[in-house]
Amino acid sequence: MQAAAPRLRVHRRRWGEGVVKGALALCALVSIATTIGIVAALLEPSLEFFREVSLVDFFSGTDWAPLFEPARFGVLPLIVGTLSVTFWAVVVAVPFGLGAAIYLSEYARPGVRKALKPALEVLAGVPTVVYGYFALVTFTPFLRSLGLDVQIFNAFSAGVVMGIMIIPTVASISEDAMNAVPQSLRDGAYALGSNKLEVSVRIVVPAAISGIVASFVLGISRAVGETMIALLAAGQLAQLTFVPFEPVETMTAFIAATGIGDVPTGSIEYKTIFAVGLTLFVMTLAMNLFAIRLVRKYREVYE
Amino acid sequence: MVMTAAERIPGVEVRHDAPSGPALREVVFDVEDLTVAYGGKSALSGVSLEVYKNFVTAFIGPSGCGKSTFIRCFNRMNDLIPSATVDGTILYHGEDLYGREVDPVEVRRLIGMVFQKPNPFPKSIFDNVAFGPRVLGLKDGLDDRVRHALEQAALWDEVKSRLKESALSLSGGQQQRLCIARALAVEPEVILMDEPASALDPISTTRIEDLMDELKREYTIVIVTHNMQQAARVADMTAFFSVEVDENRDARTGILVEYDVTSKIFTNPSDQRTEDYVTGRFG
Repeated sequence: MQAAAPRLRVHRRRWGEGVVKGALALCALVSIATTIGIVAALLEPSLEFFREVSLVDFFSGTDWAPLFEPARFGVLPLIVGTLSVTFWAVVVAVPFGLGAAIYLSEYARPGVRKALKPALEVLAGVPTVVYGYFALVTFTPFLRSLGLDVQIFNAFSAGVVMGIMIIPTVASISEDAMNAVPQSLRDGAYALGSNKLEVSVRIVVPAAISGIVASFVLGISRAVGETMIALLAAGQLAQLTFVPFEPVETMTAFIAATGIGDVPTGSIEYKTIFAVGLTLFVMTLAMNLFAIRLVRKYREVYE
Repeated sequence: MVMTAAERIPGVEVRHDAPSGPALREVVFDVEDLTVAYGGKSALSGVSLEVYKNFVTAFIGPSGCGKSTFIRCFNRMNDLIPSATVDGTILYHGEDLYGREVDPVEVRRLIGMVFQKPNPFPKSIFDNVAFGPRVLGLKDGLDDRVRHALEQAALWDEVKSRLKESALSLSGGQQQRLCIARALAVEPEVILMDEPASALDPISTTRIEDLMDELKREYTIVIVTHNMQQAARVADMTAFFSVEVDENRDARTGILVEYDVTSKIFTNPSDQRTEDYVTGRFG
């Protein structure tokens, strides 16, 4: 008699695996559902707002005074204020962040990197309110002591300090991306007689560009969305100006200041908050989408 | 009748068109008592040999014998490893390669290298070959230079219609020839190849070997391989390295056992250890 051939067991459903899968899917869903919820919550009052104020007035008006009589709803001063502060933040964070990343990834010896990287990341953990006061009571007076004609509240101080706040984000994510570039590519470039700078700039940075751009986008998003520093140091004067040493009001600062004020629910002032919030949301979303496309286009895939 | 070592190993053919003896050749590298250590642990110790111009010189030996460590000394790639220390001397045309005033970046311009695993840059085929010349500021006639290098590496016909495509779209064998072209584009004198065919299929391997035969007319080639047949086929001179184990200190270090004309290493080695290795009794 022949021995029975081994038979694979009849497939039985493994319940445990299903539960794990479900739980993990739930985790992913929470963030997506929250995003949808936020959009919905923003959308409804915003739509009501735009029934009372036309889109054209909102986006082309240069006068922002929703809380005064007669109320004016031109959002441009807020957008310009936000862009102006963000601009200075980027001017500081991108070169310093990228420079720090190149140093940590390519130049620093392992021991130095081990000590420096956590130190840099501590900077990212400082509460933004601390940065805000630093800008207001230290940085702005410092600028004045240099003889510059700087207002107490101004876009420049807020932007520069915001940039300092963002440096660790940019540096840390960029450094991770550069570290992931295979050593074999560096060796190949060194073997052709490149020096360290050429290897860093011509090989490592291009190969890590998608991570680097991601760090920029994340940094810019943080700058656009940053509230505390803008509120404390940039002022609350919604004037349409690109002059760096003048006070401006950012969209976030308006939302925060008006949100904690005593605006009655359902009033036009109340709905204004949501309209500005939605504008901010669309701006960051557009920027993220643009960045994703940019990265896809220029990324160098290794391996 | 005494059989030579090679006659006992099937598959090993030794070239008998042995070139004129090394004695008459110009010396490119003169290595004297070289010792390399990583973090205080010696990887290679007391190596002395001469590398001759327009020869293919092969380093063979079992894993861990330090042959890759050795080849990386010739273009100072070990400098990039912070824990590595190199003692002894390597003279390059009589000049100390590790001399105080010698710039390792300059060294690597004269002594090119091809690595074990093809490592094309994630750029276009053209940009890969143009990388070296651009870094050196050789911008004039860049197109011709790239073309010439690709022709020398026997790759031009395969890629001439798609120079703008990514180098990563090439096959492994083509990628390795691209890396050879990349090294040639800066017109070095020496090309170091660290197991250049170990990651390739037999046909690609043959092409690389044919290429070495071509290239040695203009260049001096040093190759590390653990494929003995390959050394027997392409090399004029062969150095056999082995591992010396110090039981007491639990330390292993690479040593040079024998260095001679390739046919001698494979047919009539002087050292028993070489004979054991080339006949397949060890390693």
